[in-house]
Amino acid sequence: MRLGRYVPVLIAAAAAVGLQQALAWREATHYLTQITMAAYYALVVIGLCLLMGYAGQVSLGHAGFFAIGGYTSAVLTTYNLMAWRDTPLIAAGRRLGLVLQRQDLYGADILSFSPWVALLIALLAAALIAVLIGLPILRLRGHYLAMATLGFGLIIDRIVLGTPLFGQADGISNVPPFGLFAGLEVNGRAMFRVSNYYIATALVLGAMVLAINLVHSRVGRALRSIHQNEEAAHSLGIDIYRYKLAVFVLSAVLAAAGGVFLTHYNASIGPSEATVMKSVRYVAIVAIGGMANLWGALVMGVVLNFLSLRGVFGTYDDAVFGLILVAIMVLAPEGLLRPSTWRRMMSQVRQTMSRRDFRKPAPSPAAPPPVEAKVHRE
Amino acid sequence: MIQFGLSGITHGSVYAIVAIGFNIIYNTTGIINFAQGEFVILGAMIAITLAGVLPLPAAIALAVAATMLLGGLLELVFIRPVRHAPVLRLIVITIGLSILMREGMLHVWDEKVRALPVFTGTDTSTVTIAGAHISTQALWVLGACGVIVAALTLFFRRTTTGRAMRACADDRMAARLCGIPERWMVTLSFVLSAGIGALAGCVISPITQTQYDMGSSLAIKGFTVAVLGGLGNSMAAVAAGLLLGLLEVFTISQLPVAYEEAVSIVVLLLVLVCRPTGLFARPAAGAARAA
Repeated sequence: MRLGRYVPVLIAAAAAVGLQQALAWREATHYLTQITMAAYYALVVIGLCLLMGYAGQVSLGHAGFFAIGGYTSAVLTTYNLMAWRDTPLIAAGRRLGLVLQRQDLYGADILSFSPWVALLIALLAAALIAVLIGLPILRLRGHYLAMATLGFGLIIDRIVLGTPLFGQADGISNVPPFGLFAGLEVNGRAMFRVSNYYIATALVLGAMVLAINLVHSRVGRALRSIHQNEEAAHSLGIDIYRYKLAVFVLSAVLAAAGGVFLTHYNASIGPSEATVMKSVRYVAIVAIGGMANLWGALVMGVVLNFLSLRGVFGTYDDAVFGLILVAIMVLAPEGLLRPSTWRRMMSQVRQTMSRRDFRKPAPSPAAPPPVEAKVHRE
Repeated sequence: MIQFGLSGITHGSVYAIVAIGFNIIYNTTGIINFAQGEFVILGAMIAITLAGVLPLPAAIALAVAATMLLGGLLELVFIRPVRHAPVLRLIVITIGLSILMREGMLHVWDEKVRALPVFTGTDTSTVTIAGAHISTQALWVLGACGVIVAALTLFFRRTTTGRAMRACADDRMAARLCGIPERWMVTLSFVLSAGIGALAGCVISPITQTQYDMGSSLAIKGFTVAVLGGLGNSMAAVAAGLLLGLLEVFTISQLPVAYEEAVSIVVLLLVLVCRPTGLFARPAAGAARAA
């Protein structure tokens, strides 16, 4: 039973292999590029799903954490340290392999931090900022929290757009590939396509295992109790504030990791990654996946981002995500991938059908509509 | 110095109007309408288009009416069916609506920056007050803000409908028991705040100009002001709006323009963390309301 929760992970891994084989067979491996990118976005979605779905805390600033990860890594791996080459610190870094030398397109020498160092610093930066931001704002609820996170997202957006170090409107390009180990590297070039697809799959499934374990642990139960009733959770001795902060930091780190890897994969990052619209998009994906539904969020994260990256929605890209948000929240708040949603829809269809059928008696009024019941309770 | 002050007051009064829009809806529903900024831009956009064929006052009146109609429709279609849902769900719905409106405006009016012509005189006509030059349009903004506040005060204090809306704000259940059609009061609150938002958009358009995506930054400033004054308190919102406007203008005179938005966000975060009941509320009163 305990291992039962990992069965979907194995199924997903098998499905990922199957998809790759099918695409190779159809000679359509170019789709793998967008699937890989979508998978890195899915890392953000997994973290946000923990925060929103399980702990019930909305964040309209997660694109900010994605950008913190991506930009930190991009700056550290492209900033040329040549001028400080002979300082003891940099020299020591070179000996330890923390600072790498390479040549740019024109053959000029570039000395910059290794992507591993950059990854570590990026994740630490995201965690630190999440703690600093989370300490005050996680005491807030509802709209206040939504507006505060929106404000955080806007500030990151403005900083990225206004700071020359971050390339302003141009972003940062020529980010080097990220050599992992055993010849594997995060690299967007076509010859690395298949291996990168599996790197991204492995990272996403790793994050899923982490998230699943968390959800099924004491922490996960605490988070759900916070979601359902903060006062009740508090009275049971759950340190709600600490749990909220912990999951906020975890989701920020996941978002930053997505940012780091996607930046190395694309070899660039631009200010469009930090916009509020991106944050809203992540929220929309978690919502359509069914809020507290990790697999729903993952599937929707990969599918919708893939479609968006393929340009299927054309100029209506943002509008589609807005429409999804409204439609899901009004019609099917449990998300599209829930049996209960389908059952409810089917029963509604059946009711409509039976109303049209005049030979049958009208449905018995035993069960009043749920909306009315709620009105009376209030 | 006075010059800066006047400019700050002009911008501040627009923030105050947006904040009042937030307050009206918050009072009857308990939700924050994230699409409030879009009402402002939409009103201005419609007025700009209509001003091409109609005289200016008629264009503005029609634009305000159209935005009010849309506000009411949005409430009927998207908010009413799920009114008793958790706050998180309602927030997400209004966020979705704001995106849909923004993208809709992008497709109808493209990305160009537009502006209404100034209402009276020319672009450069000014009035001199105490040695500072203030454009006539700024006077229009201040006047509109004053008229809106006065009209709303009269409406909420003197008319039966206005009193009914206040009753809903105080205690929805009791209001319903007194026979107040509470649901229609919610619709009316959306109509009203869409209307004043659109009017604000029209009067400020000649000064700040109008672009399809300016709504979210207006919304966050309006929200800052609403929180600064204490959510639901429209009079305090005016004071808070002027305060934020002044603060912004003086910051811009010292720091790069890019940080203009950062000012209001920092203020917002500070208020939320230190004094979420607003500057003007007595803590006890705020606590009672939150309970």
